[in-house]
Amino acid sequence: MEVATGPMTLRRIQEMLGASCITADPPLDLEALVGCASDLMSNVLAFGRPHAILLTGLTSPQTVRTAEVADCVAVCFAYGRQPPAETIELAEGSGIPLFVTPLTLYAASGRLYELGLPGCPEIE
Amino acid sequence: MNRKETVNELQLLVYELDVESAMTKEVVTVSPDLAMDKLPKILKSNRITGVPVTEDGRLVGIISLEDYVRWAADDGKPSCVGDVMTRKVHTIYSDEPLVSAVSRLERFACGRLPVLDRTTDTLAGIVTKGDVIESMLGNLEIDYREEGLRTYRTSRFFEDIVSDSTELSFAYEIRGESISEGGEVASSLKKTLRRLGMHPDVVRRAAITVYEAEMNVIIYAKAGRVRVSIDQHHISMVVEDEGPGIPDLEQAMAPGFSTAPESVRELGFGAGMGLPNIKQCAESFEIESVVGEGTTLRVSFHMEEACA
Repeated sequence: MEVATGPMTLRRIQEMLGASCITADPPLDLEALVGCASDLMSNVLAFGRPHAILLTGLTSPQTVRTAEVADCVAVCFAYGRQPPAETIELAEGSGIPLFVTPLTLYAASGRLYELGLPGCPEIE
Repeated sequence: MNRKETVNELQLLVYELDVESAMTKEVVTVSPDLAMDKLPKILKSNRITGVPVTEDGRLVGIISLEDYVRWAADDGKPSCVGDVMTRKVHTIYSDEPLVSAVSRLERFACGRLPVLDRTTDTLAGIVTKGDVIESMLGNLEIDYREEGLRTYRTSRFFEDIVSDSTELSFAYEIRGESISEGGEVASSLKKTLRRLGMHPDVVRRAAITVYEAEMNVIIYAKAGRVRVSIDQHHISMVVEDEGPGIPDLEQAMAPGFSTAPESVRELGFGAGMGLPNIKQCAESFEIESVVGEGTTLRVSFHMEEACA
């Protein structure tokens, strides 16, 4: 089955991943252009593209720093993993919305890909 | 924006803001009755290296990882925190200006200062250098917004300055082993470059470079610094450290080669992608390293797009 690929709003991503938002006033109309999934922040810095939604299992503050530096629109933690308070605080400060999905990293990435959100190098 | 003005503004802020506005209010504390062998778990789960000891809200001492190690090395006889802790603690009152916190942190070479409430003399919070920087940057940002200042286009900025050649420079210090602070320099530099109105692509590549370089210093060295200079066409960056040096540069440049400890890998770094990433981001890349002395990294970025 052919699926049209393209940007996806945070609202739709949240809905499709059954995710909860853990930062205040998420800008749900914001669009992610691509998806990026890794627990290795150097990979996100190397292969990520601007306006990506970052899916990861890593909940340390460095995830938020990475999202900030790499121009990600939002971060979604997989495996239902709740980040520590310092991560949330940093995200609130730098305006990066955070979500938590009960899905595994593989399943969350697969679901968004299937719905038409492209991976990073594909939009070049 | 003019650099001198910013400095003046920062100088004013350290006098105007009080410690309370910058401190962390939710502080982990322990009781003097806590058994010493319970301490590592508390430090580890909160990712801290020292914790204030309180009794009925009153600060009675401070206990650090160093105290723990000393105790453990000295037979580790069953004792409680109260017997081992440091009783003489440098503190600050919450209503003192931030500048006092800065000078005290500097003078006593300590990473954090417990903050006391002057009227009740109880522990009100804790303040670190990171808190001070964050609070000042936050306030600067508010000022900018209130004044309705627009970011300059870099080209205009340089055109406005009458000189034969103009160069702006920024410097940042990196503390080695301060893993939780990793990314602070990248975040600050990114804000600054954005404010100067640079092209988002150049800003992103410069920020990624600094982030990776910063993590390298934190992982391997005791201390380091980043110097960024900007002229009309280039951003140049020098990252120096007093680290162990790199014995084999070719090996260090190979994607996936790493000697980083597990604690760093848990934070999503140290997988041997740092230097290759930097090389990919920058337009010029030079690295020099002397074993036992340190490493110097020089990179640059062209701003043609940003000036268009």
